[in-house]
Amino acid sequence: MANVSLNNIFKSFGKNEVIHGITCDIKDGEFIVILGPSGCGKSTLLRMVAGLEQISQGEIVINGKVVNKLEPAERDIAMVFQNYALYPHMTVFKNMAYGLKIRRMPKDEIEKRVRRAAEILELSDLLDRKPRQLSGGQRQRVAMGRCIVREPKVFLFDEPLSNLDAKLRVQMRLELRNLHENLGITSIYVTHDQVEAMTLGDRLVVMKDGYADQIGKPLEVYEKPQTEFVAGFIGSPSMNFFDAALSSDGRGVSFPGVASMPISENGLSAHKGQTVRLGIRPEHLTVSQTGDGVMQLNVDHIETLGADTLIHGHLGESDSGLTLRLAGVHHFEKNAVISLNISDDKLHLFDKETGARLGRGAD
Amino acid sequence: MVEHRPWLTALTHAVLIVGCLVIAFPIYTTFVASTHTLDKIASSFPIFPGGQIIENYRQALTVGSGEVGATVVRMMINSAIMAFGIALGKIFISLLAAYAIVYFRFRFRMTCFWMIFITLMLPVEVRILPTYKVVSDLHMLNSYSGLILPLIASATATFLFRQFFMTIPDELCEAVRIDGGGPIRFFFDILLPMSRTSIAALFVILFIYGWNQYLWPLMITNDEKYYTVFLGIKRMLDVGEGQADWHIIMASTMLAMIPPVFVVIFMQKQFVKGMTETEK
Repeated sequence: MANVSLNNIFKSFGKNEVIHGITCDIKDGEFIVILGPSGCGKSTLLRMVAGLEQISQGEIVINGKVVNKLEPAERDIAMVFQNYALYPHMTVFKNMAYGLKIRRMPKDEIEKRVRRAAEILELSDLLDRKPRQLSGGQRQRVAMGRCIVREPKVFLFDEPLSNLDAKLRVQMRLELRNLHENLGITSIYVTHDQVEAMTLGDRLVVMKDGYADQIGKPLEVYEKPQTEFVAGFIGSPSMNFFDAALSSDGRGVSFPGVASMPISENGLSAHKGQTVRLGIRPEHLTVSQTGDGVMQLNVDHIETLGADTLIHGHLGESDSGLTLRLAGVHHFEKNAVISLNISDDKLHLFDKETGARLGRGAD
Repeated sequence: MVEHRPWLTALTHAVLIVGCLVIAFPIYTTFVASTHTLDKIASSFPIFPGGQIIENYRQALTVGSGEVGATVVRMMINSAIMAFGIALGKIFISLLAAYAIVYFRFRFRMTCFWMIFITLMLPVEVRILPTYKVVSDLHMLNSYSGLILPLIASATATFLFRQFFMTIPDELCEAVRIDGGGPIRFFFDILLPMSRTSIAALFVILFIYGWNQYLWPLMITNDEKYYTVFLGIKRMLDVGEGQADWHIIMASTMLAMIPPVFVVIFMQKQFVKGMTETEK
C-alpha cells in the first residue's frame, strides 16, 4: 500500500539519453499502465522503479521515501517479468517461497502465505510441479504468486501477457483486473498492447521516445489525445490523418477530397488560416443514407470481421486514404461511393509542427 | 538415409565388431598377461587366461613390483586424490571465474576473459618448466598440493561455464535481486543447481584427465609415497638389465583402468544429458 512519485526522471546510457524527464504521481492502490511502442523507454522506466537500473537524474519516491539508492529488495516491490523468470529447478511452491525464505520468515508463515496465494491463483494442485511442466498461463500465475506472497507495496509488471496466446491473454487480463480489485496494491504495468492498457489501467502514461506524451484516464486519452502520436497509437484501426487547412475565420476546415467542413468551436481562432493535422477515428464516421454527407468515400477494399466491417477507400478524387469502421456486416462493391458524416466534436486537430492538440480539450 | 537391406545390416555389424575387436584386443592381452606367471608370458605368450589371477593381483595390490616400493593400493589412492582434486578444483575455480566474467562488471573484464581464453592454446607441456620452477620454489615438490594445484586452472571449463551462464536469462538474476538475494545466493541457489548437468559432464572428463596425468607427477615426485598409478607402472618398467615383472605390471594396468570405467558407467546418464541439453 503506497503511493509512488516519479519526479522528473532522466535516464542516460552513456551519452545516449533515453528518458527525458518524466513526472507522474501514482496514488495508493492505483493501476497505472505505461503504454508505448517498443523502444520508447517504458521498460527502462519500470526497471528504474524496480531498482534494476540506476536513475541518471530525478527522484523516485515510494511512500514518502526517496528510493534512488536502495537495492530492489529494499524497495518493497515485486515484479513480474515478461518471460516470468521462474527458477527452473525449483517447484512452484519453492518458487513462491524463495523470496520469503531469504527474508527469514518463519516456515509456517511461508507455508500459510504460499497456500493462500496458490488458492487465489488456482495453483493449489500444481505446487509440486516444476515450471517446465506448466503451461504458459500457469507459469504466468506462478510469477504473480511469487509477487503476491511478498505482500509488497508496489507491483511492477513488465509486459506480462505478451508471451501468451490471444485467448489466454484475454482471460489473464480479466484475472489481473480482479486480482488488483481484491488486493488493491499499487501497480505499474508496462505494455505495448493498447487493449490491455485501456482495460486494465486506472490511468495511462503514453510514452514516445522517452517522453510521456500524455498521462490520463483511458477514456480521456482516447477522446482527447494530446498529441498526434497518442491519437494514432490509441485506437484500432488507428486514426485517419489528413493535412488540412483551417479557413481564414477558423470556422471551417478543408482537406484533399473535402472542400470544406464547418467547425463550430471557437478555440481555433488563434490558428486560423494555418495548415494543421486533422484526425478522424474510423469508428466515428457515420454513413449518410441520403447521400449528402460531408465526404464521399470511394471503396477500395473491405475487411469483414463479423462484429465489424472495415472499409478502406479514398476520399473523392483525391488520394487521401481513409478507413471506416462500421458495426455489423455490410456489403459494398469495390468503387462504390459511400457518403459519410461526422459530428464536428469528433474531429481532432493537431499542430502540424509539434503534433500538439489544438482547440477543444487541449492542455 | 537409413535403408533396410539385410546385407547392409550385416556389413554395419561386421564393421562394428571389427572395430570393437581392434579396441578390445590390447585390453584382452593385458588381462591374459595378468593371469599367468612371468615365465609363461616370457616364453610363449598364452591366448587364454591362466590360473595365477589371484596371486598376481594380490601381489600387485599388497606388495608391488620389484624395486618400486609402493603398492598399487597406495598408488591408486594417490591417483584418486589427484584425480578428485583436479576435477573438483577445476570445476570450482572455473565456476567462480565464469561467474565473475559473466555477471560482474569490472575493469578489464574482457581482458581477463581473453587471457583465460588464450591459455587454451598452451598445453601443460609447454608451460611445464616455469610451472615446475614455481612449484619447486613454493616447496610443493613431493606433495599432493603440488600434484593438484598447478593443474586446476582450466580455460576449457571456464569457457564452457561461461557459455552456459550466458544462456541463462538475465531476468533470473534480477528476480533474485528483487526477492532479496545477493550475488552469493544467486550463485548457490540458482546457478549451481542449474549447472548440475554440465558439472556432471565436466566431472567425468576432468576425472579421467586427472587420473591419466603422467608427465606432471613424473616431474615433481620422486618419493614413492606420492607415486600415482601410471607413474608407478612406468617405474615398474625401469629395471635396466633385469627382467620386468610383466605379470604384476599387467595386473596393475588392469587395476588402473577400473576407476575411470566406473566413473563413466555411473555418470553416463548425467554425462550425456550434460553434453546434449541444458536445463532451462
